[in-house]
Amino acid sequence: MSNDFTPDEMMTIAASRALKNDDVCFVGIGAPSAACNVARLTHAPEITLIYESGTIGTAPSVLPLSIGDGELCETAVSTVAVPEMFRYWLQGGRVTIGFLGAAQLDRFGNINTTVIGDYDRPKIRLPGGGGAPEIASSSGEIYITMKQTLRGMVEKIDFVTSFGHGTGGDDRQKLGMTTLGPTLLITDLAVWRPDPVTKEFTVVSMHPGVTKENVQATCGWTVKFADDVEVTPAPSVLELKTLRDLKARTKAAHAAPSTSGANA
Amino acid sequence: MAKFLSIRDAVADNLKHGDSVAFEGFTHLIPHAAAHEVIRQGFKDLTVMRMTPDIIYDQLIGMGMVKKMIFSFAGNPGVGLLRRVRDAVENQWPHALEVEEHSHAAMANAYEAGAAGLPCAVFRGYLGAELAKVNANIKSIIGPFTGEQLAAVPALRPDVTFIHAQKADRKGNVLIEGILGVQKEAVLAAKRAVITVEEVVDDLDTHTNACILPHWTIAAICVVPGGAHPSYASGYYDRDNVNYIEWDAIAADREKFLAWMDEHVLKATPEIFAERVRHLRASA
Repeated sequence: MSNDFTPDEMMTIAASRALKNDDVCFVGIGAPSAACNVARLTHAPEITLIYESGTIGTAPSVLPLSIGDGELCETAVSTVAVPEMFRYWLQGGRVTIGFLGAAQLDRFGNINTTVIGDYDRPKIRLPGGGGAPEIASSSGEIYITMKQTLRGMVEKIDFVTSFGHGTGGDDRQKLGMTTLGPTLLITDLAVWRPDPVTKEFTVVSMHPGVTKENVQATCGWTVKFADDVEVTPAPSVLELKTLRDLKARTKAAHAAPSTSGANA
Repeated sequence: MAKFLSIRDAVADNLKHGDSVAFEGFTHLIPHAAAHEVIRQGFKDLTVMRMTPDIIYDQLIGMGMVKKMIFSFAGNPGVGLLRRVRDAVENQWPHALEVEEHSHAAMANAYEAGAAGLPCAVFRGYLGAELAKVNANIKSIIGPFTGEQLAAVPALRPDVTFIHAQKADRKGNVLIEGILGVQKEAVLAAKRAVITVEEVVDDLDTHTNACILPHWTIAAICVVPGGAHPSYASGYYDRDNVNYIEWDAIAADREKFLAWMDEHVLKATPEIFAERVRHLRASA
């Protein structure tokens, strides 16, 4: 165990632990990408990582700049065209875990990555859903990872880009979905799981040194805590070294300066 | 039959004001040189489509050439938001932009339907997703055999699709390698396809199942080395990442953006792209 780690590192490592060796994981870019690759480099070497650019079973040595990185393709078992990716592999039910980030999240795991404010007159136009709406409905289950903020974890999201549990209960089944939806939320402070009946995210574990007050202060809804909130095991020396080495390799690989002058 | 043309002539021969046009590429092989030529020729009222509109869509929209954008993820890949797209959507600058927003699954299926000659795409999607409420082109259909409710979106059939690819042979057959995105579908869905390539070779020297677009599916081929810069061209050059990072600051300010476009696009030529990737070739 190590005591010298940041909340970000704890979040990534806690997220990596949720992935299993036999998972087929559709990887969102950003925080999910780091967690998925730490899992692959530690306890889940055989995990199949899929990026939406069509790379199946990819094993990059550094985190990609974007989903178009050549290394994702070069290290993959196969690279398929994007229509095939979404039709055969995601819609076909081959993906066990969809790993997503969120700009805005509510207590039922509904995600907004479309707009802040009104859709037609947005305060902030965000990039949009990309693959997420169908990743959320077609993956066997959904893991979500994000840093806690009052702006991000809100009572009501401005736009439902990707459906989680709707207003809770059996909303997914009512829409004809047979997949589990969000089953895990990993933040920089805690691990959350949905209540089996209401589907509201409930804190089941807090990271070392985190208090219930910390969790509530950075969450826009009234937080439910499990009866016995556990302490997330601190990162092991191996986990931390793996993550830091990955980040260092990534930084070095992406630091090459341009001399093209195109933007000079 | 593919004609080998300069990018100037290929754009002038194939694109008209008011056309619908796709510059496809899934964060790889982005046709920057083709988009810059379109900007130089000053087209108006374009309907542009792309699964992942990035810097070139920021440029087309910021230059006031676009009436409508059909898309599923508009971002500066790996960096953040598109400032010119945001300014158009949030502040109607330089004028209002109509958006038709989809998910990736919908766009990919819609291009495939276009290539397949179907009027619409049918897939399992948009379940519970609010895009279906703000986009009248997202409808549902009941599967006739199981009764399952499925999503339906119209096929995408651009007047012109521009893509960048690695190489063509002397007949004009084009090879695409690496991350393929939706380029083959976007070419086959289009009325006319214009493809920029890194080089022309005697023999494509590949395997029997490679992604090849036969010459008779292509209107024009233009040899533009570096034509995807600052994006990647697998086997030729890596992404010039600093350009993506710097774009965020350039696009954040209207005057800075216009000055940059004037210097680096309006007063530039397609030949400049070869120079821009020279330093990247060794590392690819």
